[in-house]
Amino acid sequence: MSEYIIKNGSVFDPVQGIKGDKKDIAIKDGKIADKVSSAAKVIDASGKTVMAGAVEIHAHIAGPKVNLGRIYRPEDKLFSCTPTKGMERMGGGASIPTTFKTGYEYAKMGYTTAMEAAMPPMFAKHVHEEIRDTPIIDEGAFPVFGNNWFVLEYLKNHEIENTAAYIAWLLRVTKGYAVKVVNPGGTEAWAWGLNCLSVNDPVPYFDITPAEIVKGLIEANEYLGLPHSVHIHPNNLGNPGCYETTLDTLRLAEGMKAKNKFGRESVMHLTHTQFHSYKGTNWGDFESGAKEITDYVNQNKNITIDTGNVTLDETTTMTADGPFEHHLTGLNHLKWANCDVELETCAGVVPYIYSPNISVCAIQWAIGLEIPLMMKDPMRCYITTDHPNAGPFTRYPRVIKWLMSKKARDTQINAFKHKDKVLSQTSIGSLDKELSLYELAQMTRAGPAKTLGLGHMCGGLKPGMDADVAVYNFNPDKPVANPDDIETAFSRCAHVFKSGVEVVKHGEIVGTGHKRTLWVNVKVNDNPQVMRDINEKFIKYYSMTQANYEALGHHFVPNPYALEVDATHV
Amino acid sequence: MTKTITDVICPFCGTLCDDIEVVVSDDGKQLLEVYNACVIGSEKFLHSQAKDRVTKPRMRQDDGTWKDVSYDEAADYTAQMLAKAKKPLMYGWSSTNCEAQSVGNEIAEISRACCDNTAAVCHGTTLIAVQDIGLPTCTLGEVKNRADRIIFWGCNPAHAHPRHMSRYSIFPRGFFTGKGQMSRKMIVIDPRVTDTAKMADVHLQIEQGKDYELLNALRVAFKGEWLPDVVAGIPKEKIREAADMMKSGRFGIIFFGMGVTQSLSKNHNIDIAIAVTKDLNEYTKFSIMPMRGHYNVTGSGEVFAWQFGFPYSIDLTRGFARYNPGDTSSIDLLVRGEVDAMFTIGSDPGAHFPISAVKPIANMPSVCIDPHLTPTSGVSKLHVPVAFNGVETGGNCYRMDNVPIDCRKVVEPPAGMLTDEQFLVMVRDRLKKLKGAA
Repeated sequence: MSEYIIKNGSVFDPVQGIKGDKKDIAIKDGKIADKVSSAAKVIDASGKTVMAGAVEIHAHIAGPKVNLGRIYRPEDKLFSCTPTKGMERMGGGASIPTTFKTGYEYAKMGYTTAMEAAMPPMFAKHVHEEIRDTPIIDEGAFPVFGNNWFVLEYLKNHEIENTAAYIAWLLRVTKGYAVKVVNPGGTEAWAWGLNCLSVNDPVPYFDITPAEIVKGLIEANEYLGLPHSVHIHPNNLGNPGCYETTLDTLRLAEGMKAKNKFGRESVMHLTHTQFHSYKGTNWGDFESGAKEITDYVNQNKNITIDTGNVTLDETTTMTADGPFEHHLTGLNHLKWANCDVELETCAGVVPYIYSPNISVCAIQWAIGLEIPLMMKDPMRCYITTDHPNAGPFTRYPRVIKWLMSKKARDTQINAFKHKDKVLSQTSIGSLDKELSLYELAQMTRAGPAKTLGLGHMCGGLKPGMDADVAVYNFNPDKPVANPDDIETAFSRCAHVFKSGVEVVKHGEIVGTGHKRTLWVNVKVNDNPQVMRDINEKFIKYYSMTQANYEALGHHFVPNPYALEVDATHV
Repeated sequence: MTKTITDVICPFCGTLCDDIEVVVSDDGKQLLEVYNACVIGSEKFLHSQAKDRVTKPRMRQDDGTWKDVSYDEAADYTAQMLAKAKKPLMYGWSSTNCEAQSVGNEIAEISRACCDNTAAVCHGTTLIAVQDIGLPTCTLGEVKNRADRIIFWGCNPAHAHPRHMSRYSIFPRGFFTGKGQMSRKMIVIDPRVTDTAKMADVHLQIEQGKDYELLNALRVAFKGEWLPDVVAGIPKEKIREAADMMKSGRFGIIFFGMGVTQSLSKNHNIDIAIAVTKDLNEYTKFSIMPMRGHYNVTGSGEVFAWQFGFPYSIDLTRGFARYNPGDTSSIDLLVRGEVDAMFTIGSDPGAHFPISAVKPIANMPSVCIDPHLTPTSGVSKLHVPVAFNGVETGGNCYRMDNVPIDCRKVVEPPAGMLTDEQFLVMVRDRLKKLKGAA
């Protein structure tokens, strides 16, 4: 394998505490090395920024609802198609790009790992087929558990061991990565056209509350010691006043401690926090609850969050929160797609236009920026757009610009039609903080990698870690003349290495690397009861047989990388 | 000794039953018996054992006779045909697996072809309607476990999807539907008294081509507004009865077929059927699902969508994907004489396209990849027989509700026969050389 040495770049690596020192980064055999031979190819990075490859903790980039979005939105392809070019397959789509384009776009921005945030277990094969066709980046997928009948039935009686055995089984057959919870109980209620809007609303028939589901899943997650914590999208998303439900959900983690061998410290990851931080009682007095939420998270070290930044684009919302999408189509009257999945979950899709001329959208934009600016520990707050829900992931450079430059924020605020309302309903105008490159590396590399339990592999540039490296045309020693230069620099990397293979050079794809599918293989003690329950559910209630459920074989997961967990000792 | 293989997937219709049992000979070369499948499905399995099956590629000679050729020669001809053509059409894909579809898309991209699947003459109109208005749907297990209102509109599952009613929609006893058929009300809308219609609680024998009017009347009836005495041949009392039945359910679903997608008004019928479903979600929970025909037409749309961004009728001739059914759809391309090479796989346009679209195929370089002798293989220059997907090779397929199910190989293909995917890989590699692609 080729050796490389990236010379004289300004290196930002929170894993080693490097804050912009001029350092050489050596790459050998796919790993970061202490030194390389004189035959190593030299990459001159003087006047450039060097970071580890970025880690996406939450995006909807593969699977049935993403593809439903592609199928039912031909308009998303208008002016966004890219032709075959060199190694690149043709692509298309702005908010829901085709799989090939997804891989290329992430790589060109310096991302080398990404997590698909919601995999309906029954559709695991579909998710993996798309992951296989997404080049370059390592990917994992989170199966959804929060409305799964097995989980509801076990946790009703607080059967943590059985829940854990079921999680282990499902992660194995779906090649899943973590425990995702979406609108716990509410999505099951949606199968009857209902919802659970607080953590204490009982789930129809199952006689359990969202609070019991979340608590039980955290306990089961820590019982197993999985790499990632429970990854939660709480009840009552997107409604004025929802921050109270969010705080109720966060409080469920009180007193819980992380137990795992992967270096993860949190027990709950709250995703797309922006959508859960709304105060007010209606769309008229809608205001930011970012302070309340970040105050709580700042004080409670066992919680991590990601932002869910609104990027002010036309996009396609998609979530396993089925009742929310039905609510949304009632608000914007755009086309509504929904798919209820037997025994497991549901998904909804609705296009959405975040217009800078609408006060609510502008306030959402401000809340998304307030959250990372108010968080005291950047290692516990990660930048996402909940792609494509608050905006496409291709807008990360723009979000970075807003976070790194008060001037850029002010320019945007001044461009809003309802500027006064944005300033009165949020505190964005009074936040002077500008993110440093070191904090950026924490929020996009070291932090998410640690919380995903991948801190030993990626998110840093320590010798021995995977050689995922991004070199940006950004000179940290020079003052930024124009904030737009930040956006330009983070849009297209000078160089990107994925596991030691050069995949991007001067913003163009030059290699497809060795893409891997990350999954978690948990060994648990034999649990005949759970196996019998699974067998019974397939015979009686599933529409497919158990033997045909597993995503198996080369076609679905051609290059697997399993994180091994042994939970047999407990 | 014989072996019984369980949990086999039936590669016939979009119902994609996965509980088939197949008995094969000890050496795995002969398929002897099929259990659990419907009559059509059994025949699909057993047909692979026909002794007079074509097992070698055949090239049509100038005098009209056929000459056996090797797979290598067949791949050469196909690759050269695609390399030379300015606007080749690659049509079909609905009766093969997603692996083959994926390789086919690579070929299409290199040769800048038009790609289309059988939705073009089937549920393509459904896709257009979904693009207009969305789609509230569910998996078939939801129907089994929850549905107490079942509507079949312009479809006849008793004959076209024979196990649909027993596996998913009418008879099964699910979690919240413990009484099976007794816990469900069944409405059929069909101008004919089909075997499905005979089973219905309510059969609305609609005047042919008046689906839009009746669906519109249902929307009016949900709101309790004024209706004319008769709409689409149905008295208003009966429409109100059906509307009340739909509204009073806990979980309902509309299944619809070619009777609405390919009759007068086409996609507009589906538009309003989806609007009816959306309306019903104000009162209760309702879904709608197209009764997809071929066992993997759904999969073809999925693979097209994640690779090119559109579900069917895609034109790659400009080097990027364009989609404009009516312009880029197969029949229109053929009838307008825009296509200069025809590549067919896993489908039979010769039997299903209008004759004005079939004639041009006979007059241009053409390849038909299909295990069977079909009208399409009859008009093509080259016929490449392949192993039966789902019988002699596995591969992923998508059920009508988009659920992926991996087909199984149960028996060896005749010696020397290739699968769709293997043959397409040969074509792709040759084409890459011809085009100098990376």
